[in-house]
Formats: sequence, C-alpha cells, structure tokens
Amino acid sequence: MAAPQPITVEDLNIYYGDFLAVEDVNVTIQPRSVTALIGPSGCGKSTFLRTLNRMHEVIPGAYAKGTVEINGENIYAQGVDPVNVRRRVGMVFQKANPFPTMSIRDNVLAGVKLNNRRISKRDADELVESSLKGANLWNEVKDRLDKPGMGLSGGQQQRLCIARTIAVRPEVVLMDEPCSALDPISTLAIEDLIHELKDNYTIVIVTHNMQQASRVSDRTGFFNIAGTGKPGHLIEFDDTEKMFTNPENKQTEDYISGRFG
Amino acid sequence: MSTATTTASTLSGARAAERRLPLWHLLLTGAASLVLAALILATFGNLSIVGVILLGYVLHLVVTYVYSRVREGRRWAADRVVMLLVIGAFAIALFPLLSLLWKVLVEGGSRVVKAAPHPLAFWTSDMSGVIGGADAGGVLHAAIGTLLITFWASVISIPIGLFTAIFLVEYSSTGWKRTLAKGVTFLVDIMTGIPSIVAGLFGLALFLAFMPDQSVRMGIMGSVALSLLMIPTVVRSSEEMLRLVPLDLREAAYALGVPKWLTVVRVVLRTSIAGLTTGITLAIARVIGETAPLLLTVGMVTGINWSMFDGRMATLPTFINQQYRAGSAQCRTDTVTNVVNGDVYSCSVTTNIDRAWAAALTLIVIVMVLNLIARLISHYFSPKLSR
Repeated sequence: MAAPQPITVEDLNIYYGDFLAVEDVNVTIQPRSVTALIGPSGCGKSTFLRTLNRMHEVIPGAYAKGTVEINGENIYAQGVDPVNVRRRVGMVFQKANPFPTMSIRDNVLAGVKLNNRRISKRDADELVESSLKGANLWNEVKDRLDKPGMGLSGGQQQRLCIARTIAVRPEVVLMDEPCSALDPISTLAIEDLIHELKDNYTIVIVTHNMQQASRVSDRTGFFNIAGTGKPGHLIEFDDTEKMFTNPENKQTEDYISGRFG
Repeated sequence: MSTATTTASTLSGARAAERRLPLWHLLLTGAASLVLAALILATFGNLSIVGVILLGYVLHLVVTYVYSRVREGRRWAADRVVMLLVIGAFAIALFPLLSLLWKVLVEGGSRVVKAAPHPLAFWTSDMSGVIGGADAGGVLHAAIGTLLITFWASVISIPIGLFTAIFLVEYSSTGWKRTLAKGVTFLVDIMTGIPSIVAGLFGLALFLAFMPDQSVRMGIMGSVALSLLMIPTVVRSSEEMLRLVPLDLREAAYALGVPKWLTVVRVVLRTSIAGLTTGITLAIARVIGETAPLLLTVGMVTGINWSMFDGRMATLPTFINQQYRAGSAQCRTDTVTNVVNGDVYSCSVTTNIDRAWAAALTLIVIVMVLNLIARLISHYFSPKLSR
C-alpha cells in the first residue's frame, strides 16, 4: 500500500435543509493516528464526522459543500459514489447496532454478505477470526460464533460492530461516541483497541469524555457554537497534549477546565 | 370510622392488609348473587341460564360494592366494581367468538365426519349431480376455487402492496416524491374503505369492457376484485412494519458500503419479515371470506374448475351462501339418485343447511392453517435475541 495521505478538509459547510449547521471547517487529519473531536452538545462535531464518509446526506434534506480529500481524492467531487466512499471510510455508532437477524459470524461478514459478494468458506473463516481478533473479541466469542449477535453484552456488541467495520478493510474508521453507553471496563477495552487500531487505520473519534480524548488521541479538535440556531465552528485543532495543557483559544480553555457549558 | 385518629397505623402495610377481604368472601357473594337471581327469576316464572347469569352479575356488582364499601372502604370498593366490570366486558367480547366457534364445530364437524359414503368424503367430493335432499356432495370444488382465487389475488396484491410500502417508507423523504407519497397514502386510505361489493363491480366492469360476451365469468376476475380489497391492507400493515425497523440498522448497513437497495432487501425486509408475514396473512384472511365480489365475478358451479381463465368457479363463501339460501330440502322418497354417476344416496331434509355449516368449518380450517404457516414463518425468521 502506498504511504497513507492525510485527510484534508477545505471550506466545508454542512447544512440540514436551509439550516447551516457547521460553518467553514478547514482541517488536516493525520493518517495512522487518532484524532478526537470534542465540544458541547449540538456543536456539530457528530455532523462533521458524518460528512467524512458521506453518511450526513442519508438524513432527508441534509447536504454538505466543500472539499474533503481522502488519499488525494475529493469525496464530494461530481460523480463520486457515496457507497464507494463508505467502503473506504467505516463508521462505528454511538449505540451498538449489530444486525438482529444475524449470528456473530454473519455480523462480522455483513459487509461482504450484504453486498452479495461471494467468499469461500476458508476466506470467510479467516476474515472472521482476524477481524474479531482485531477487535479484541475473538477469545470471548470463538465458541459461539453461530449465536445471535444481539445476545452479547453492550461492550461486546460495540466491539462486534468494530470488528464488522474493520472486516471491510477501510482506510479510515470514524467513531461517534462509541463508549457513551458503556461501563468503564468496556470503555477501557475499546480504548485499548483504539490504540492498537491506529497502527493500521486513521481514526477519528467524537467523544463527550475529555479524559477519554486526552487518553486515546494524538490530536484534538474543539468545536463550539455561539448560540442556539447559530452554526458550529471548529475553534481549535492541535496536538492533544497542547490542547489539554496550554490551549491557545480562551473558549477551549474554558471548556476543558469545565468553566463553560 | 376511626381512620382519622389512626392515620399512622392505616398507612402501614400490615394494617391495610387486615382490611382486605379474602378471595373466598367474594366468591361467596358471587355464588349468593347467582342463587338470589335464580330465586327471583323462579318466583316470576321465567328461569333461564342466561337470565340467571345476567341478573346474578348485576346483583353481584351491587352486593360486592356494598359489602366491600363497609368492610374495606371506598377506594377498594371502587376497585372491586371496576374489576368486575372489566371481567364482564371481557366475557361479553369473548362470548360471541366462542359460541360461534362451538356452533360451527358442532354443526359443521358432525356433517364432515358423517359424510357419505365415507368419513371426510365432504372434503374429497364436489357437488356434481347432487340434487334435491341427497345426503352427499362436498366442498372440494369450492375449496379449490377459494384457494386458487385467493392465491392469485395474493400474487397480484403482495408485490404491489409491498413495493408501495417500501416506496412510502424508504424512498419518499424529499421533494416531489414526498408529495407523491402523500397522495398515495390518501388514496390507500380511501381504498381501505371501499365496500367489497363495489370492488366486485369494478372487477366485473374492468373485464367486461374488453369482452365481447357480457355473460363471461372467470376466476381471475374474482382475484382482481379481491386484490382491490387486499392491496390497501397489505400497504398499511407493511408500512407500519417497515417503519418499526430502527434507523440504526439502515445506517449500519450504509456505513459498510452497502447500496440502498441492498440495504432495503437484506436488512430492512429481512428484519421485519415476521411482521410483514403477519400483516399479509391478516390481509389474506380478510379476503378469503369475501362473498359479494365473488358472487358477481366468478359465480357458482357444481364441479371442479382448475382454470382461472375459463368459466365460472365455486368458492367457499358463495357455496355457503348458496346452500343456506336453498334452505331445507324436500324428501318425497327415501333415496336420491346422482344424475351424473348413478350413485344412490339417502334423503335428508337438512342436507343443504348441514353443508353450509360444514363449508363454514372448512373455511375456518383453511384460515387457521394459513395462520399457522404465517406463525411458523415469523417464528423462524424473527430476530433472535436469546443468548
């Protein structure tokens, strides 16, 4: 594989119908690293995250304008198929959402099977094992791969969703508050996993938990909103260490030190 | 009452429990009410089971209220009375259903079992040559007709209804599609209210517009008429079921790079298949007993007709209607001869009515079997949540 290139976002404006939700984002996300997005509720960080794999436009009336270059290719260029973008940029959601009709094994293979792609049993077995090992779930489920995915605990379900995401071999993995519904132990498991995943994937994670952002991420972006009905802005983007010790912007400092929101 | 002075103790569970009446007290008042009702009715000289139960129920309401009011207080008395009213409402709702099933089972079941020349011959023979009071004949032709016509009505309605529902739920979120969806929903609502006889007339008129022979009747005409009744039911129930599929699952599929149409087919339909089958079964059950449209469009014959496009067909509802209207038969001789094959049957005055009941039983059995199949499908395909 060629040397991974950064994700470059230029002049990105994100809309819900007529409403401008996030205004003028310019940022460069380093490959093979973890980037955390923090900010108060409703500031547009999840919305921004969802534009990175064109999931934003799934919502009726929603669209985005601007440039997002992944591997040198603008995913908002004319003629780009969002389906192809999503095969390269995977996503893990706030609420674990394994497919309820599928077994653990089929959930991992969902990206292959739902696309009606043929796969030999040996390749499938290998893919299931490597993906589940990649998501630190293999040892817990290897004896019950044919049991329903919904039978797992919340933390296991979330790791199953991560396994499902990395099974399609994306370049980027987006995570939208992946631990907000989990207990501290499951959260720790996922955070450990994120550390391992960044060797192979570019990870962007939205979180409300600032300790989590400081623990897992290399770089952090702070989003804020001037008031209800106003668009959100990317206020500051820098190395995580600097953001949490010596932020340049007063708003960032207030938010991080808890004097705000 | 001294409740005002002992507020503290009445608030405690133990004190309150003491005041409650045990169950046998209430059973006793119930039995007493029934006996009292029987005595009252007997003195007026019109003792009947229904009268005793009705009067006994009313008396029980009054007695329970008064008794409970004195022993337990106002709040519990109200609770007891409302509970009795709820039980009464439940019994009233259940009574017609159970008595109907019982009646059909007794009347129809005996005819099916006692059919000549061998048991169950009612389900293996048709009405060819069976005339007068002949204690023979069966519903095979009508059962085949009903199944064929309903099958083709389903073949027409299920794809149309399901695709309409998919459009409404998955593909009509913005712009002109949204306007179209509103129009479709409005029309479906209107269609739900179409009287079945009107659907029959439509089916008839539609085909006769292209037919030189205005007396022509075919099975497919009935299927089209029934599908008119079926489509709105299928659309409505499928729409509800598709909306129940969480948005999460669709997004999960999109995020894996699954195209929208595959998401609809492999995730949305797959997840909701149990509900869809139930809705479709209900739609089938609704049309399988329709009489009026079939009387108009497919008419009645005495033998089996396998062709949907050639001539009249017998169906169970119209068969019931025909047999019931024929009324009691006349038996001038003890036996009746089959004009087609020369078999000789005994004569029975009630043969037509008996056949109507037995055909009704047959219809119920068919609907039950369809329900059972749908249940099995839902059971095996519904999302599995257990460990």
